Amino acid sequence: MATGQVVRSEWTKIRSVASTVWTLSTAVVVTIALGMLISALSKNEFDNLGEREQLSFDPTFISFAGTSLGQLAMIVFGVLVVSNEYSTGMIRASLAAVPKRGVFLFSKLAVATALAFVVGMATSFATFFLGQLMLGDLRASIGDDGVLRAVVGGGLYMTLIALFSMGVAAMLRSPMLSLGILMPFFFLISNILGNVSATEKVGRFLPDQAGSRIMRVVTPVDDDTPYGPWGGLGIMALWVIAAVAGGYVLLKRRDAQ
Amino acid sequence: MIELEGLTKRYGEKVAVDNLTFTVRPGIVTGFLGPNGAGKSTTMRMILGLDHPTAGDVRVDGTHYDRLKDPLTDIGALLEAKGVHPGRSAYNHLLWLAQSNGIPERRVREVLDEVGLTAVARKKAKGFSLGMGQRLGIAAALLGDPRILMFDEPVNGLDPEGIHWIRTLMKSLAEQGRTVFVSSHLMSEMALTADHLVVIGQGRLLADTSMAEFIRRNSRSYVRVRTPQREALLDALHRAGVTAVDGADGTLEVDGTPAEAIGELAARDGVVLHELSPQQASLEEAFMQLTAESVEYHAHTGAPLPPQQQQQQQWGESWRKG
Repeated sequence: MATGQVVRSEWTKIRSVASTVWTLSTAVVVTIALGMLISALSKNEFDNLGEREQLSFDPTFISFAGTSLGQLAMIVFGVLVVSNEYSTGMIRASLAAVPKRGVFLFSKLAVATALAFVVGMATSFATFFLGQLMLGDLRASIGDDGVLRAVVGGGLYMTLIALFSMGVAAMLRSPMLSLGILMPFFFLISNILGNVSATEKVGRFLPDQAGSRIMRVVTPVDDDTPYGPWGGLGIMALWVIAAVAGGYVLLKRRDAQ
Repeated sequence: MIELEGLTKRYGEKVAVDNLTFTVRPGIVTGFLGPNGAGKSTTMRMILGLDHPTAGDVRVDGTHYDRLKDPLTDIGALLEAKGVHPGRSAYNHLLWLAQSNGIPERRVREVLDEVGLTAVARKKAKGFSLGMGQRLGIAAALLGDPRILMFDEPVNGLDPEGIHWIRTLMKSLAEQGRTVFVSSHLMSEMALTADHLVVIGQGRLLADTSMAEFIRRNSRSYVRVRTPQREALLDALHRAGVTAVDGADGTLEVDGTPAEAIGELAARDGVVLHELSPQQASLEEAFMQLTAESVEYHAHTGAPLPPQQQQQQQWGESWRKG
């Protein structure tokens, strides 16, 4: 069983269903459009901000504001790539063709993650430049300190969110269950935990809170986050590894259904 | 060649497959017969390494399934569940299967042609009828030109023309020297295609015999006799060395003696007969009796047990020993 064969086969699978195109294009459009909108609004509001807010003003991070919504489409992409196998019963055909379950899962994740990486990176750069365009004279330049890191980090963040969702879907198998847990978690619960002072200290170790740190260039005034941009991404990566490992162990152990 | 040795699958307390040992040989069609829920599909999934056996072992050409290099080139299977993404075209479904096992793309077109789906190859699978889905599954099984083929209830959803086609296909695959293993819950279907028969009920092996032997043993012919003078008739038969057994509704059943002879014996003693008819037990009846004990979901009609039940079970016993 040559892994190259399986990777090619997984590429054929992913490019031959419509959900790949609509989830990824939604992620692109929502992230960019919302980023541009919030950048434009922030520019108009800047003069009304207090001194502290003006000092913390982070034009790079603001242009990534669309990520909070765009990542939901990335989650749908990640969940569907894996859970489609189960909801259609295809998993039996897949594992009959590729009985080495590790080769099957990691080839699938490699192909889908590579695709998410390309799309995420392109989206991140587009979001940055279009957002800065909206910000006018408040804009940051890609050459400024930490900005390139933030933009590349934005692409990595999108990629890791997708991969995390694939790991969770590999554990849960059902698309409805996976989405029913991931969507409210990333859209609501994580934000609530991260913004309520009682849970803030725990909340910032959640994958999205930690990971999104990499998109910040200006550290907010009196910020006491115990990790830096790469440290945050590292925490997110640990979550991703845990989810994927969990998915692998369960796939290996379970009957194919 | 597929070899099962003590293959067992338990789901909690429930035993789905119970200590199955048999071999599926090349060059013939082996029928895998059992009522719904007997464990046929579970057994087939274990052969493909999809379900992990609780105990026992199963080998494909002497090897565990997950050790096969490109398994689709060794064994092709049509499973009960379709396993096709509804949004993917038939062509792309076969293409990813081919690529995963290093099978050339030209085979995709060949098998599509062979099963008659070329015209709809680029259509999404969700528009397929049950029969078209079944043909696509068969195309997937044939894709790697494997020496072993396994079909789980292949005639389900096929029209008469399709059923004829699949029967012919299975026979020709076996004639080419391939191993063909096909499951069904219909005895009549098996009688038409299988050379060898493996019967299971509630996961247990009930019979492993050639089709000819099964027919010889089970298409029991006997004569049914109805008479108001039961004792007188039994007496007359007894004197001639003929034994009769009780049949349903107060009839008598006589094995191995032609109706003419019974009629003459009765006439000699002046016994009145109300019925004298040669009977042939159908294979379907034989199968139902063989599996009657093990059928899980009985339709409780309150009907009395078939008369040959006891005898039938004894035959089952002898097969299990043999």
